[in-house]
Amino acid sequence: MTATQGAVDPQTLLDRYGRMLLIRSFEDEIHRLFLRGEVHGTTHLYAGQEAVAVGVCAALTEGDWIAGTYRGHGHALATGTDPEALAAELLGRSTGVCGGRAGSMNVVDLAHGLVGCFGIVGGSIGCATGAALSAKRTGNVAVAFFGDGATNQAYFHECLNFAAVASLPAVFVCENNLYGEFTPMRAVTAGADIAGRAHAYGMPGATVDGNDLWAVTEAAGAAVERARSGGGPTLLEMKTYRRYGHSKSDPAKYRPKEEVEAWLERDPIKHARARLLELGVAEDEIAAAEEHVRAGLDRAVEAALAAPYPDPAEDAATEFAA
Amino acid sequence: MSALEFRVAIRDAIAEELERDERVIFMGEDVAAPGGVFVATPGLLERFGPERVIDTPISELALAGAAFGAAATGLRPIIEIMFGDFMGLPMDALVNQAAKYWYVSNEQGSIPLVVRSAVGGGGRFGAMHSQTHGTWFQGIPGLKIAMPSSSGEAKGLLKGAIRDDNPVIFLEHKRLYSVKDEVVEPVDAIALGRARVARAGGDLTIVSIGKGVRDALAAAEQLAPDGVEAEVVDLRTLRPLDLETVCESVAKTNRVLAVEEGPRTGGWASGVLGAVAEAALHDLDDAWIVATGETPIPYSPTLEDAFMPDADTIAATVRSRLGLTVAR
Repeated sequence: MTATQGAVDPQTLLDRYGRMLLIRSFEDEIHRLFLRGEVHGTTHLYAGQEAVAVGVCAALTEGDWIAGTYRGHGHALATGTDPEALAAELLGRSTGVCGGRAGSMNVVDLAHGLVGCFGIVGGSIGCATGAALSAKRTGNVAVAFFGDGATNQAYFHECLNFAAVASLPAVFVCENNLYGEFTPMRAVTAGADIAGRAHAYGMPGATVDGNDLWAVTEAAGAAVERARSGGGPTLLEMKTYRRYGHSKSDPAKYRPKEEVEAWLERDPIKHARARLLELGVAEDEIAAAEEHVRAGLDRAVEAALAAPYPDPAEDAATEFAA
Repeated sequence: MSALEFRVAIRDAIAEELERDERVIFMGEDVAAPGGVFVATPGLLERFGPERVIDTPISELALAGAAFGAAATGLRPIIEIMFGDFMGLPMDALVNQAAKYWYVSNEQGSIPLVVRSAVGGGGRFGAMHSQTHGTWFQGIPGLKIAMPSSSGEAKGLLKGAIRDDNPVIFLEHKRLYSVKDEVVEPVDAIALGRARVARAGGDLTIVSIGKGVRDALAAAEQLAPDGVEAEVVDLRTLRPLDLETVCESVAKTNRVLAVEEGPRTGGWASGVLGAVAEAALHDLDDAWIVATGETPIPYSPTLEDAFMPDADTIAATVRSRLGLTVAR
């Protein structure tokens, strides 16, 4: 069920655009709720990177697995997690996708193929490598999303090597947003690029414009197809940029103004919208889809805010699965 | 009744579970074609094939991380982290991922995963190949920690660990691999979480786990001619900790000795004694610990032998605490 741009109908493209817009609107809303004190602790917003999660998940099918990061709201929404359940989780409510036990950084939604989001840099890589062991039996694939910072973790090097020697059906998707937390990636990452590290592990690697939904879908489709047909893993380096700081209210002052402006100009949602118009999708159709997404999100957030907090007196948590 | 070597008990348990459940896989460094550095797992690759019995790179974090991901998505991996000392390397995958999954996911899924390792001193392996890492993990909710004391226990507990739906840290004392114990086949899976009374007695309770249970049993035999009958409780698991069985014994004997191969500070023995005191102070006339010193484990045979608790040191402390003269 891989999708290349030539074969995709306008409605599917509009749906993907709508999914990207859902993530953007969700993150903007979460940012507001965080500043109001409704979202607790910390958040890491996915805004700006929407084309990566949506484009990669567009290449996946029933039974495939993904593992996300602590910047994982986008991964969850891209794979089909209910926005109301996700919002409720971040709000700490009992109707959250994990009942309020997980919070922003550790969301699990197995019913939608999300094995987990990982609060510690690189954790998704090990998880997806293992999910690929399961996926191999069923003709499925497993995808790890991780940031540029994770490519200096042991998880990255150990798992890419293992996945390659075991020829696992895995796709390693690096979301290179140029900063590992507050530090520029180039200051702490040896070598010219991340995709090039693939060759050391005997797998294909490609650098992709992560702000271009079509480029992401194309590259992910090829990697997924390769994995599914027994060709082994691929490393994809998606060049992208976050609209917000690393976490919480980090204003990201360490990023040069010109760099920020240049990347905002290349905003993935703006790009996708323009491309839809170019492809002949009518302006009013796009506007209707946008309205649909925003209205749905408003309802979801309203419902999440109305949901109760978990009652400690009624908490039936068990340490172990019986 | 037949004699079963401990390493064969381990192998048989893995083989029987691989046979019983298609979802079980076994991975580790040198475990498949080479058959394991302690020769515990030869023949499994030939019998079950390379898709289920897998030699991995020397990448403990990838091994544990992949086992976690595989367990979350439907497989039931057994992995071998060759020496327990290496458990620092896969810690994130086990402590932050596997242990927390059941709870944090709101019980969407659990992690049926067994992490086997060779542990313990006495083999002249030095400070970084002789530790027992049970206590490193004892304070982590969501993990079970099991350690068998005999061949039959090894087979039953390992089968129980593999059938358990939770992550289990499984410790195999390397001085036990060559011991042979009488067992009655078939050995059934032992559900994790219940201690057992390995020897009945009314004068004191000796609590231990793994090889320490054998040392305690040997000490009990030394003490019997002095008229001291020790009850030996084999904890089997450090988490969950079966305090009930310990307290039942202490209610009868009023004295408890915990024997731990590891330092007293931060060890499980002090936790057991504290828990007994909290639950049953009125039953206690005496409570003490036999543990190792507070240094890393030494290499030289004279130093290592002095460092390790054994039957003689256990029996000597019992005589001393009970006020018995050494001469008979």
